[in-house]
Amino acid sequence: MSEQPQRPFTAASFNQFLEEDKLMGSRCTECEGLYLPPRALCPQCHSQNLEWVEMGGRGKLAAFTSIYIAPTAMNALGFGRSHPYLTGVVELNEGVKISARLLGLDAQKPEEIQIGTPMQVAFLRQGEGENQKTVLAFRPNAAKV
Amino acid sequence: MTPSSPLSRGVAMVGAGMSKFGAFKGKSSRDLFVEAFKHLSASVDKGLDPEVIESVYIGNYSSDLFEHQGHTAPIMADAIGLVPRPAIRVEDACASGGVALRQGVMAIASGMVDVVLVGGVEKMTDLPTAAVTDTLATAADTLYEVSAGFTFPGFYAAMATAYMHKYGMQPEHLMNVALKNHENGALNPLAQFNVSIPDWMQSRIASAERKGRPVPTWESPWDFLHDDQANPMIAWPLRLFDCSPITDGAAAVLLVAEQRAKEFSDHPIHILGSGQASDYALHDRQDLTHIAAAQRAAQQAYQMAGVTAEDIRIAEVHDCFTIAEIIATEDLGFFKPGDGYKMAEDGVTARYGAKPINTSGGLKAKGHPVGASGVGQAVEIWKQMRTQAGGRQVDREVPLALTHNVGATGSTCVVHIYERRD
Repeated sequence: MSEQPQRPFTAASFNQFLEEDKLMGSRCTECEGLYLPPRALCPQCHSQNLEWVEMGGRGKLAAFTSIYIAPTAMNALGFGRSHPYLTGVVELNEGVKISARLLGLDAQKPEEIQIGTPMQVAFLRQGEGENQKTVLAFRPNAAKV
Repeated sequence: MTPSSPLSRGVAMVGAGMSKFGAFKGKSSRDLFVEAFKHLSASVDKGLDPEVIESVYIGNYSSDLFEHQGHTAPIMADAIGLVPRPAIRVEDACASGGVALRQGVMAIASGMVDVVLVGGVEKMTDLPTAAVTDTLATAADTLYEVSAGFTFPGFYAAMATAYMHKYGMQPEHLMNVALKNHENGALNPLAQFNVSIPDWMQSRIASAERKGRPVPTWESPWDFLHDDQANPMIAWPLRLFDCSPITDGAAAVLLVAEQRAKEFSDHPIHILGSGQASDYALHDRQDLTHIAAAQRAAQQAYQMAGVTAEDIRIAEVHDCFTIAEIIATEDLGFFKPGDGYKMAEDGVTARYGAKPINTSGGLKAKGHPVGASGVGQAVEIWKQMRTQAGGRQVDREVPLALTHNVGATGSTCVVHIYERRD
């Protein structure tokens, strides 16, 4: 574990890891509680000793939606009424869940999407130039989990 | 877990009022709040001298972003002539009003004050829809949820997909909630949508005929609700009529120490139980088909009141989306998990059903001025328990009633139980 960089347990660190194509959570070194998004304090045993853990990136779809009325940020990317996008909650094999964009599924046919679909992590580069950032996403995993 | 001790001394509601809910160009929060206060004053049986009010709690979610106005509580107090009383703004997203009510109850129970005004207010329609969506989204986790593209309809839509998968509900089942709440809203003159869905459909047909446009061929409200033009998709499986509207409105109730209730009314409504809990971001919850904070808040309130879910005759629940009402009726223990949508389909939750839910029209039809909604629920309970609900009055005595108010996806939930003793 000592090989993992000791960055602060912040959203900025989490996002920086995404830029490096890593999905990172944190684990309590006292009670082994695993957290994604990462936490700086353990809510189970209230320990302050946590370490970064890289997630395997595989799991299954727990909940989803296809969004037709988009917020400003997604409107700016061209999404909206005639161009919906998918977002949802994915449960990883490690047992933790996270919100993420969903790729490789048809946002126009949400009724065909199945809860429980095996998914794998994808790192979505969004925006251009200086504004480019990496957004957490998942896409269906051809291989069974 | 938070124990649920009884109140140190009893608290009674002796007045309740609300502004008309809707979209009111040119009316600010304070104008709406004045309207609610005037309605409240008129509701106090033995009259209200505002001088007796000692403290003011105001539920307000985001006047900052909606109106570019922070520090709303003293401004509301000033608008109704209550300076220099302490005025406290309470913010817990869409549960702000219900939490303000709880703070008012606690203030009186503490013994520090005897007479408290609890208000709620939100002025939402000055912003364009995308900006309202953005503002509401700030109630979620900006860093980990909003960044994934979630909107509020999106969250509840995702909960709906998990619920459909677990219990076999179809999107069509959700429409029963919208039909029922609009039917109630049609009988509420203060509702934003004072119209049933069948009447709405007919008026659209009549309008098309009048304007010489192609006349829609809907044969039933179900056709209307399945029409992508009339009822567009917002976040699958939620369509427009699954979503509460963007609303301007205010509501207020007057709380007093129980031993002073007779000074104001011979028919006070007693606050018997109060519960509140918080929860994680949606993705961090074990179960995406229920809201643990609502279950906990309900347990606390039932325990404090010494009653059970079966004892509750009517309830105003937080139907910000149709799926939210279905989940709420299960979280409150009215129905078993997975049965809520069947009860809505079977009319059990209708005004004339065994467990009337949202006789006011709910957030769906009455409107959802977010910070005011929790207080608006108490206003409906006040009217129903005192048989002052007009055309939507339930056909039975209501000795016990409940309100259930949710902030965001359920990261705040607050439940109150009310009793009529006379």
